[in-house]
Amino acid sequence: MVAHAETVQKPRHPFLAFAARWLFTTNHKEIGTLYLWLSFLLFFIAGTMAMFMRMELFEPGIQFIEPLFYNQILTLHGLVMVFGAVMPAFVGLANWMIPMMIGAPDMALPRMNNFSFWILPFAFTLLLSSLFVDGGAPNFGWTFYAPLSTTYGPPSTDFFILGVHLMGISSIMGAINIIVTIANLRAPGMTYMKMPLFVWTWLITAFLLIMVMPVLAGVVTMMLTDRHFGTSFFDAAGGGDPVMFQHIFWFFGHPEVYIMILPGFGIASQIIPTFARKKLFGYHSMVYATASIAFLSFIVWGHHMFTTGMPLFAELFIMYATMLIAVPTGVKVFNWVATMWRGSMTFETPMLFAIGFVMMFTIGGFSGLMLALVPADIQYHDTYFVVAHFHYVLYPGAIFGTMAAVYYWLPKWCGHMVNERLGKIHFWTATIAVNMTFFPMHFTGLAGMPRRIPDYSLQFADFNMVSSIGAWLLGLTQVLFLYIVIKTIRGGQKASDQVWEGAEGLEWTVPSPAPHHTFETPPVIAEDYGP
Amino acid sequence: MTSSAGGLKSGLIIPILWGLPHVSVASNIDMRPGVTAMSERIQQIHHISLWVCIVVGIIVFGAMFYSMFAHRRSRNPTPATFKDSALVEFIWTLIPILILVGMAIPATTALRDIEDNDNSDMTVLITASQWKWHYEYLNSGISYYSNNATPDEQIDNLEPKDEHYLLDVDNALVLPTNKKIRFLITADDVIHSWWVPDFAVKQDAVPGFINEAWAHIPVAGVFRGQCAELCGIGHAFMPIVAEVRPEEEFDAWIEEQRIAAALAGEAAVAARAKTWAMGELMSIGEQVFVKHCATCHERDGVGQGSKYPALKGSEITTGPLPDHLGRVMDGKSDTEMQAWAPQLSDLDIAAVITYERNSWGNDVGDLIQPITVYEAR
Repeated sequence: MVAHAETVQKPRHPFLAFAARWLFTTNHKEIGTLYLWLSFLLFFIAGTMAMFMRMELFEPGIQFIEPLFYNQILTLHGLVMVFGAVMPAFVGLANWMIPMMIGAPDMALPRMNNFSFWILPFAFTLLLSSLFVDGGAPNFGWTFYAPLSTTYGPPSTDFFILGVHLMGISSIMGAINIIVTIANLRAPGMTYMKMPLFVWTWLITAFLLIMVMPVLAGVVTMMLTDRHFGTSFFDAAGGGDPVMFQHIFWFFGHPEVYIMILPGFGIASQIIPTFARKKLFGYHSMVYATASIAFLSFIVWGHHMFTTGMPLFAELFIMYATMLIAVPTGVKVFNWVATMWRGSMTFETPMLFAIGFVMMFTIGGFSGLMLALVPADIQYHDTYFVVAHFHYVLYPGAIFGTMAAVYYWLPKWCGHMVNERLGKIHFWTATIAVNMTFFPMHFTGLAGMPRRIPDYSLQFADFNMVSSIGAWLLGLTQVLFLYIVIKTIRGGQKASDQVWEGAEGLEWTVPSPAPHHTFETPPVIAEDYGP
Repeated sequence: MTSSAGGLKSGLIIPILWGLPHVSVASNIDMRPGVTAMSERIQQIHHISLWVCIVVGIIVFGAMFYSMFAHRRSRNPTPATFKDSALVEFIWTLIPILILVGMAIPATTALRDIEDNDNSDMTVLITASQWKWHYEYLNSGISYYSNNATPDEQIDNLEPKDEHYLLDVDNALVLPTNKKIRFLITADDVIHSWWVPDFAVKQDAVPGFINEAWAHIPVAGVFRGQCAELCGIGHAFMPIVAEVRPEEEFDAWIEEQRIAAALAGEAAVAARAKTWAMGELMSIGEQVFVKHCATCHERDGVGQGSKYPALKGSEITTGPLPDHLGRVMDGKSDTEMQAWAPQLSDLDIAAVITYERNSWGNDVGDLIQPITVYEAR
């Protein structure tokens, strides 16, 4: 060991040193930063695809994009947003914040942490490179239903399958790391029922991940063997069943949508008490509600499949179970309102995004409840009503949640306060744009516009034009967000350690910016710490 | 509008909802009421749930906005300290459950009726394929394909779009009024979904499996829908048109179709007997190509990458005639190139092959007669 320490290293080229630092880092903060930047990059790539789609949908007729290419960017938009933008952003936040919130020096498995990040750039390179191969990118929607994706899939489907495998491995490793960290590295005195809610929601999310990512891996492997090794899992001609694909996919896919929202619940539950200067109302019920939602997410997958010809009994069971999700979700929303009630509120940018999150996620929740009713779903299914629904839970839900978190913790990460004026401009333009984009989709869907079409009949023209203008505005506001983040990293008003007057939690006891290593010796958790 | 039994029950359970489903919402932003009893019932379920959401939304968002106004620091400098209440949690768990039960009852009764496919008066077998519908009247033996009829010129913005842009077909599905019509729905290639909003029928067409749905349509008229499941590049161009006619007119139509089928058989015999000239075949062939082949292979035969190969200068279209004929008639398995033998007449197949071999710079110069196609069948 001594000999090693004394070895004199040749000074490296600055670029090599830079690359080596980020390539080999095992520090949770640096890996968190990597995750966040990757997700930001992929958010812009997938967002650009949405801009192209809205350009084609601006008017009826085929103007810019042929149907084949439209289907490709439609597919990649969904896949990259889900697996590349939302999930890595939440994992990045988990990496940065969970050790600091539970008083741990780092993640429990730092090398695996590095590995689980560095798989991702390769996974997405593989996936996105399919745009440039003969036959084009996958063109069957992010849900890749068989047999459109198996027998009829383009050659690049295999790129997609391997890409999904890599993302799955990364997610499983990330989830294991988070569970192990929370289980083992909490500071003495930080009992489970004292953990910040962001940690709780991520713990539950991590369990969802390790339960369903293998299912996704299974289904894409079955696709692979159907395509190349003569099996017929999803081909009726060989004794298989295309609808079985949907059962397996949605057994992954429904918990997946909660994977994309539960950490957002955690973020709102951190931010609202801070700016209401009041403890979170109903901490215990928040934990139980999160766990109930996670449990219910496993028995409702069939609500994506009400038109596939399920038997009456299955439809009824799934409908009732789905409606039941409204109960714990409602409890969460009521608790946030009760937290605000008789607080002493100020409305800094993170609070604005958190309130926007609660309100607009609730709108998505309402349409979700409507979609649960099977007879009505027969009319809603595969229309723009569904597009409106899931964009409401994902954009002002998952993505506003992530943005709220960035505005909330960025001063802790880089030591500078965010310019409040710019932050507020970002919030208000994004809020106007997100509603302008997605609210009219409820109407086009109810009027009968199917989803995933590059061209539509004339009756849908007005609302589509509004959506397109909203979407471009929304795209622009995110460029402003990028500018705000870079500007804050480079300078600005110095942040105090406390940052926000009403904030509670261990992350606010370390300096701003947070030093490379924090809590090398566990902090003392006060008796009265906690919710 | 009269309320159904389902609407009644929910009305008894939650009186506040009783009147609300009947409050009309501006028609272009609401779910279409449709024309069947079931579609009206479904619209009512939609209204019940919509109004539940609106009322709950007003209460919750109202509380939030009031709180944001009254409990801001400038008005309420000292925050309260309460953080828990088992009673409140219990109440706001219980009330949503009661509301949900109220919503579930009409949904359950309606669903039970939707799934009751028994005692139908007639059956239509609907078979979807990329990107068209095939209708077969199982009680009368009539069958035909229904293709998109919106011309490419309108899609490509070269001509003004007409009223039923993308919602027009060459052969509509003709149905009688006041019959319980059972639809059997399946597909040949990928999953499609047959949807006519005004009948509130949306059922996936799954290759290898047969799904059921039904409609009882009280009024005559033309009703339009679209494929609702992503099925490839022609997904947006797969409309459904149902023409509902009074029963006598429907019966007359069936009779006409029987006669037309007999005449088509005679025409096919005549076409076989005739020796067609190059010019005739080329002009028929162009029409067939534009209608059936151009979606994938493009009007100018250049194709779209290896998935939809170019026909211009390709080995098949400039190679030996029997290979070309075989590919068109039997298709290519496991690709979107389908078998056209069951879909097109001898003349159409002969014409389109002749067209492909002598267009866009292909100059094989040969032509093929309908009789050759007939013999190859």
